Amino acid sequence: MFPTILFFVFSAVLISAALGVILVRNPVHSALLLVLCFFNSAVIWILLDAEFLGIVLVLVYVGAVMVLFLFVVMMLDVNLEEFRSGLTDYWPLAAAVAGFVVFAIINVIVVKHLGGASLRSAPALAEGYSNTRALGTVLFTRYAYAAEIASTILLVASVAAIVLTLRRRPGGKLQNIAQQVAVRARDRVRIVKMTAEKRP
Amino acid sequence: MNTFNAAEFNASLVYAWPEIFLGLAACVILMLDLALKDTQKSWTGILAIASLIVTALLASSHPVSTRILALGGLFELDRMAQILKVVTLLTVAVVFVYSNEYLRRRGILKGEYFVLGLFAALGIMVLISAANLITLYLGLELMSLCLYAMVAFDRESGTAAESAIKFFVLGSLASGTLLYGMSIVYGVTGSLQLSEIAIALHGGLAANVGVLFGLAFIIVGVGFKFGAVPFHMWIPDVYEGSPTCVTLFIGSAPKIAAFALAMRLLPEAMAFSQPDWSQMLVVLAVLSIGVGNVVAIAQTNLKRMLAYSTISHVGYILLGILAGTGQGYAAAMFYTITYVIVATGSFGMILLMSRQGFEADKIDDYKGLAIRSPWFAGMMAILMFSLAGLPPFIGFWAKFGVVQAVLGIGYTWLAVTAVLFSVVGAFFYLRIVKVMLFDDPLDHSVIGGSALMRTLLSANALLAFGLGVLPGGLLALCQQALM
Repeated sequence: MFPTILFFVFSAVLISAALGVILVRNPVHSALLLVLCFFNSAVIWILLDAEFLGIVLVLVYVGAVMVLFLFVVMMLDVNLEEFRSGLTDYWPLAAAVAGFVVFAIINVIVVKHLGGASLRSAPALAEGYSNTRALGTVLFTRYAYAAEIASTILLVASVAAIVLTLRRRPGGKLQNIAQQVAVRARDRVRIVKMTAEKRP
Repeated sequence: MNTFNAAEFNASLVYAWPEIFLGLAACVILMLDLALKDTQKSWTGILAIASLIVTALLASSHPVSTRILALGGLFELDRMAQILKVVTLLTVAVVFVYSNEYLRRRGILKGEYFVLGLFAALGIMVLISAANLITLYLGLELMSLCLYAMVAFDRESGTAAESAIKFFVLGSLASGTLLYGMSIVYGVTGSLQLSEIAIALHGGLAANVGVLFGLAFIIVGVGFKFGAVPFHMWIPDVYEGSPTCVTLFIGSAPKIAAFALAMRLLPEAMAFSQPDWSQMLVVLAVLSIGVGNVVAIAQTNLKRMLAYSTISHVGYILLGILAGTGQGYAAAMFYTITYVIVATGSFGMILLMSRQGFEADKIDDYKGLAIRSPWFAGMMAILMFSLAGLPPFIGFWAKFGVVQAVLGIGYTWLAVTAVLFSVVGAFFYLRIVKVMLFDDPLDHSVIGGSALMRTLLSANALLAFGLGVLPGGLLALCQQALM
C-alpha cells in the first residue's frame, strides 16, 4: 500500500515537472525542471527494485548531462522573443495535429484496452538479489554483441564531436605542454649581477 | 533464450567475422590516420577501400543456405543478409573512390570522412543482420550518427551545417518514434527477439490494439528513414545542402539499410499483422510516387531533382514490400539493389563534373555535355534512362517486378497509378538527356577526374545497361533469397 502511494506521488510530480519543462518561458528553469523529472523517474525505478538504474540515472543524467546542458543554455545568448515570433504562426496546425494524436492515443489506451503479455505482474525477487550483478551478467554474456556495438556508437560520437569542433587556426594561442614542463628557471628569470651603489 | 552458453557463443563468432573485421579495421585506420600528413590522406582512403573489399570477400566467402542465429540470438545470417552486405560494402567502396578527388579539391580531405564511412557501413551490416530489436536499433543509430557528422563535415559551408541540423533533429525524431513503437510491441508481446514476436503475434496477438498502435509508430519511423512521403521533408534539403560526396553516400548504401530495416521489422517480426501494415504502406507508396515524380519536374538543381527522384523510387520499393508475397519482397530487393547502383552512378557523375569552386549541381551545367564529352554524356543518358525505367535499362525490370507483384495481389488501381506516375517522371529524366544532347554548352572546360574514377564510373553506368539486358542473374539471386 505504502509503495503504491509513493508511486502516485512521485508520478504526479514527474508529470507536472515534465509539463513544466515545455511550458515555462525561461530555459534555465526548464532545464532545472528536467532535473526534477530525472530525479522522480529515478525514485520510481528504485520503487520497482531497479536501484542500479535509478542511481545511474541520477549520476549520469542529473550529474553530468544536465549540468552540461545548463552550462550550454547559460552560455548561449539566444533571443527568445525573436525565436518565438515565427513559431506562433503555425500554432493552429500544430494544435490540430497534436490534438489528433492525443485523441488517437487516448482512444487506444482508454476506450479499447491495451492488453498483452506485459500485464503479468513481475515475480517477487529472492533474498539478496542484486540487479547490478544481474545486469552486469546479462550485459557481458547474452548481450555482449549489443554492448560492443553500443561502445562503437560511443566511439563514433567522440570521433564525430572532435571532427566537427577541432580547428587548427593559424595564430591560435595554444599551449605547448611539453615546452612548458621542460622549462628551466634560467629561461624565465635573468639574474643580473651588479655592484651596489650608494644613494646619491 | 535466457540461458547463455559461452562455448556456443564463441563458436558462432565465425558468422560475424565480416563485422568484427570491419570494426577493427576502422579503429586501426583511425589510429594510422593520425600518423599521416595532410598531403598523404589519400592513403586513408586506399586503406579504407581495401578493408571494405576484404570485408566483402569475408562476407561472401562461405555460402549460407539456411537462416543462422548466432551470438546469443542477437545476430542472424541468411541469404538476403549476405547479398545485401556484399552490395553495401562494394557500394561504399565505390563511393570512396568517387569522393577522394572531390574532398581534396574542396580542401576537406580528412581521414575521418573515411573512418565515419566505414563505421556507417558497419552500422548498416549490423542492421542487416539484426535478429533482435536491440541490435536493429543499435545498427540504425550507428549508421545515422556517422551520417549526421558526415553532412556537417565541410565546416566552412553554412548550408551544410544547416542541413546537418535538420537531418539530425528529424533523424532523432524518427529514431524516437521507431523506439516508441518498438517499446509498445515489446510491451505487448513480451519479447525483443524478432522470431519470438512473430510467434506471439501468430498466437493471437495480431489483432491486439496495442500491436497496431506500436506498428503505426514503427511505420512512421521506417517511413522517415526511407524518406517516404509524408516523412520526406529532410531529403531534398539534406541532399542539396551536403557536400556532393556525402549526398552520394546518403543516397546509396543507407537505402539498403532502410530496406533491411523494413524487411526485418515487417515481414519477419510482424508477418501476421501484414494486412494492417500493407494498408499503411499503400498510403506511403502512393504519396511518395505521386509527390516525388511531380515535384521533381519543378527543380532546377540536379541534386534536388535526384532527391525527389529518390522519394519516388522509395515509393516503388514500398510497393514490393506491401504486396506481402515472396515475389513482392524479391522484387523490392531487386529494386533496392538496382536503384543503389544507378544512384551511385548519377551522383558520381555530379562529382566528376564538379571542379574547384564549381559544384555542377545545376541542370544548366549539363548543357551540351554531348559536345564536351560524348562518352560521359552517353553514360549519363544510360543512368537517366535507367532511373526513368525505360527498357532495356535496369530500371525497367525493377519497376516491372514491383508492378507485377502488386498486380499479383489484385491491386490493379495501384499498379495503374504507379505506371502513370512513372510516365510523368520520365519527363524530367529525359529533360536532362535533352539538355545534354541538344543545348549549347555554357562552358568548355575539360572534364576532370582520375583515371580510376572515370573507369569505375563508366563501369557503373555500363552495369546499369548490362544488368538491363541480362537481369536474370541478379533477379535469381533475389528470388533465391526471399522466395
